[in-house]
Amino acid sequence: MLIRLSKFINFFFIISLFTSISFATFSEEKKINFIENKWSFDGLFGTFDRASLQRGYQVYQEVCSGCHSVQHLSYRNLSEKGGPEFTIEEAKAIAQQFEIEDGPNSDGEMFMRPGRLSDKFLKPYPNIESSTAANGGAYPPDMSVLAKARVGGADYIYSLLLGYEEAPKDFELDDGVYYNKYMPGNKIKMSEALADGIVEYSDGTETSKEQLAKDVTAFLVWSSEPYLESQHRMGFKVIIYLFILIILVYMSKQKVWSRFNLAKNEEEETFDKVEKVITEYEGEDPKTFK
Amino acid sequence: MSEEKYIPKSKVGQWFDSRLPLLTLSHHLQVYPTPKNLNYWWTFGGILTFCLITQIVTGLVLAMHYVAHVDHAFESIEHIMRNVNYGWLIRYVHANGSSMFFLAVYIHIFRSLYYGSYKAPREIIWIIGLLIYILMMATAFMGYVLPWGQMSFWGATVITNLFTAIPFIGESITTWLWGGYSVDNPTLNRFYSLHYLLPFLIFGLVILHIWALHVPGNNNPTGIDVKKNSNETMPFLPYMVIKDLFALLLFVTVFLWFVFFAPNALGHPDNYIEANPLVTPAHIVPEWYLLPFYAILRAIPSKLGGVIFMFSAIFILMLLPWLDTSKVRSATFRPVYKKLFWLLVFIVILLGYLGAKPPEGVYLILSRLATFYYFIHFLVILPLLGRYEKTDPLPQSISDPVLEKTGMFDKFKKAAASYEGDNVNSFK
Repeated sequence: MLIRLSKFINFFFIISLFTSISFATFSEEKKINFIENKWSFDGLFGTFDRASLQRGYQVYQEVCSGCHSVQHLSYRNLSEKGGPEFTIEEAKAIAQQFEIEDGPNSDGEMFMRPGRLSDKFLKPYPNIESSTAANGGAYPPDMSVLAKARVGGADYIYSLLLGYEEAPKDFELDDGVYYNKYMPGNKIKMSEALADGIVEYSDGTETSKEQLAKDVTAFLVWSSEPYLESQHRMGFKVIIYLFILIILVYMSKQKVWSRFNLAKNEEEETFDKVEKVITEYEGEDPKTFK
Repeated sequence: MSEEKYIPKSKVGQWFDSRLPLLTLSHHLQVYPTPKNLNYWWTFGGILTFCLITQIVTGLVLAMHYVAHVDHAFESIEHIMRNVNYGWLIRYVHANGSSMFFLAVYIHIFRSLYYGSYKAPREIIWIIGLLIYILMMATAFMGYVLPWGQMSFWGATVITNLFTAIPFIGESITTWLWGGYSVDNPTLNRFYSLHYLLPFLIFGLVILHIWALHVPGNNNPTGIDVKKNSNETMPFLPYMVIKDLFALLLFVTVFLWFVFFAPNALGHPDNYIEANPLVTPAHIVPEWYLLPFYAILRAIPSKLGGVIFMFSAIFILMLLPWLDTSKVRSATFRPVYKKLFWLLVFIVILLGYLGAKPPEGVYLILSRLATFYYFIHFLVILPLLGRYEKTDPLPQSISDPVLEKTGMFDKFKKAAASYEGDNVNSFK
């Protein structure tokens, strides 16, 4: 009866495994297939393309920054290692283009001054409410960690920027809402931001929509993870270090345990000797032993 | 603790040890006899201690920079990531550390289930272990609230709302927990305070857990008792220390691989969106390690019922030493239990998968079936199985896992000695 039970359990086990796998594969929520792109910052050794980040900053500045803030970036980040790596002078010049409110001064007044490296990126609106009000009731999200805050990350941002299409005929859109293939729900309040040639690159790179999207996506990924390059570099060193250490510790372990195994082997040897003697005198079958 | 009394060699040592026996303790930890047949599943105790210490140390540093205020919490996390030296590393280690901690604790718990480590005389170790596990879940839950992202806020809202299910006093309890009428700044502050406190309670329980372990000693893969101070055991230092270290390094490699190359893979992207009480995320899901219980919670049609079943799913484990009536510890010698064990593993993983899915259609039906089976496994199957299962014969000692040789050695030796004398080395 127990054998049958155990067979039944086996059977049940296989069946449930099978059904769950098929459920997992067939009833996944509808996945959006983003446009795939080969990013320089992907993979274990991923690094940013400096020129692309610098162009991406330009796209952000000229196209996005009217509505979107990047409040966790400082102007000094632009010159830091692992980022766009503008020279300090260039970064200072960039900062000085902005008028930052400071104060209060000794008279208790707030005043405006040109930006410094230590300043945070200037926000287009002072707070979420004003930004929401100015944008038809939809708050343009802060983009500091946008690449980490969306399923799909870089691919999502890139796809979204290029995903504007005519809405299907039976798809209802309100005023000020646009159709986008890659937006969850396909409705987006941001109008198509990019078009061929709307930014002029000083390094002569072509300014197709795709190129602009690629550069600004790279910039946003960097702004989400300005430490990404040092993270990858340190990770690689750490894994190598651990690999060597593991081999050494394994060898030490074998060495230490051999002391114990030696004792065990001796015991087994004794057993074999004893067994040999006994079989010699009393034959092979233990049952006939005295 | 059956080893002979330890007396320090130096006079100063003796003077100190007779007043506070720290040297005796240290000696005990070094010579503590461990069964020689422990496999790598037994290394997770050490790994878990490492996880706890890592969390406490990284948490301590994070606490120096974190601001527990609804207006600044999210920003202060980004400040840690960007402006604090190696802040990203410390935070990623802490965040992934909790996942790794739970990964290790689940392996540790299932190891115990497989080899029957919860059975007499180790019930107290098991129960303390479960208390640690419960505190871990509370700590992890509150820690997840601190970054004040969307999942932090809504996770906290969902979980604290569970208490409203308690009849009559539920509403008041929830208000008391929140420190207001919704999850807000007072909630964040008290969660931060408790998140800092609980790890030290865990630490205290870990000491008790190890103390309780050192009284009966380790269980082992055969589940049969070892003779202490025989050739069946080996001292903790150096044998187990070096083996644990080797296993720990392998674990740390996996850990750090996540930290450096996929630090956000185990988290939810929504938690990088600052908490907004006016916008509810499409799916509110807890961290992966709480998903099985979340699935049980949602499988029950009534709110109060769900809460009761969810908590019972954990507390039922406390009764396990008495629910499992089998005298045999290790699943190695329990053919039916062995299969049921793997079925339980599968059911728990299935529940975890279902916890991440919306509670509708097939998912809901499956979570109900899985929840039902989970309870049946502990409440019906295990008590009956102990009585009716035909177990495989047990070896007499851990040195004789091969049954045929059981007890033969002594018999052989005696017989051989009668022919050739006592000295084995003089045998031909």
